[in-house]
Amino acid sequence: MSEVRIVVNGVERVGVVEGRTLLSGFLRDGLGLTGTHVGCDTSQCGACVVHVDGQAVKSCTMFAVEADGRSVDTIEGQAAPDGTLNAIQQAFQDHHGLQCGFCTPGMVMSAAALLKENPTPGEAEIREYLEGNLCRCTGYHNIVKAILAASGQDVAAIAAE
Amino acid sequence: MYSFEVDKPGSVEAAVAALQIEEAMALGGGQTLIPTLKQRLASPSRLVSLAGIAEMKGVSAVDGVVTIGGGTPHATVAREAAGAYPALAALAGNIGDPAVRNRGTIGGSLANNDPAACYPSAALASGATIVTSSREIAADDYFQGMFTTALHEGEIVTAVRFPVPQAASYQKFEQPASRFALVGVFLARFAEGVRVAVTGASEDGVFRWSEAEEALNKEFRADALTGLAIAPENMIADLHGTKEYRAHLVSVMTKRAIRAVG
Repeated sequence: MSEVRIVVNGVERVGVVEGRTLLSGFLRDGLGLTGTHVGCDTSQCGACVVHVDGQAVKSCTMFAVEADGRSVDTIEGQAAPDGTLNAIQQAFQDHHGLQCGFCTPGMVMSAAALLKENPTPGEAEIREYLEGNLCRCTGYHNIVKAILAASGQDVAAIAAE
Repeated sequence: MYSFEVDKPGSVEAAVAALQIEEAMALGGGQTLIPTLKQRLASPSRLVSLAGIAEMKGVSAVDGVVTIGGGTPHATVAREAAGAYPALAALAGNIGDPAVRNRGTIGGSLANNDPAACYPSAALASGATIVTSSREIAADDYFQGMFTTALHEGEIVTAVRFPVPQAASYQKFEQPASRFALVGVFLARFAEGVRVAVTGASEDGVFRWSEAEEALNKEFRADALTGLAIAPENMIADLHGTKEYRAHLVSVMTKRAIRAVG
């Protein structure tokens, strides 16, 4: 067992974890931050994507001890303290970018990472960036629209396939 | 997962010492090892994380050689090697998905030597040198079959030196679910000759297609491969493709690489 100190959504959290404790497990079971979903546990689905030092990672494929001393951002830190959704979350709502909602935390965190790298990505760039995030409800189209809208771009131009 | 301890050494020397413990294993970015541990296919007593070793990170280009630290993630290679070795950067930028590229490392990929991994083809086609914690190994001697390399127990890939070719192209026929190469061909054209390395196809792991190299050294165009074929016997067969399918893809992807290089 070892002690970890991780700044989660801007607040330092201290915990005692086993070597094999995954970052997703520390967030969910240790801190009660269950917005980070574990879909496949095989690093395929991307529902567990969080940011570590600002970079998107699959939290089911990283140990909590590897995040010691680092900064982690999760879906819980995306909205303002009063509950106002951020631009990406609001765009997902406006454009029906979710149905069951299971993949949504990972989608929003991947979208946030993409827009940080590339503030106005094209449709193809968005689809490529979401290769590691699976959604079984929406067919991705409305997710792509939401991310275009969140980046201030016109969504009317993309036709439904 | 079975239980284990995690060490986080700050230097190559300390990592090598930590790996002397029985059943210790090196942990790179963990993108292959962690799923393996979850399936209980490995049961180390201790993982030695290489992530905190600063001397094993980074990309530099000096005198026509690109050197990449063994602990450098794919996303960093995609960004920082783009100017000096564009084909290598493009390969790195198309491994897995963005979140995987932020964690997975070149040293981890080369140490694991998955028969469908991308990096082994680049290392072999470029005639790279694998620098380890104890020696330097030429790529031609390093890859020794599926999941098998010249590395000894406890030896760490600390850096990889790639001579930069005049022109190069990596053509990957992607298996869309895993995003590994169903077949990938890395073609590198040097003043001394052409090198063609194939991943994803063979039961013996990455290999050089020497007949294609000879043909291309005589005449560098896609038609030079006419009449050449890979024998299907040693190709991988699985639910994604037969031996014959993979053998055919090797020719197709090699021709695409030739055309891309021009």
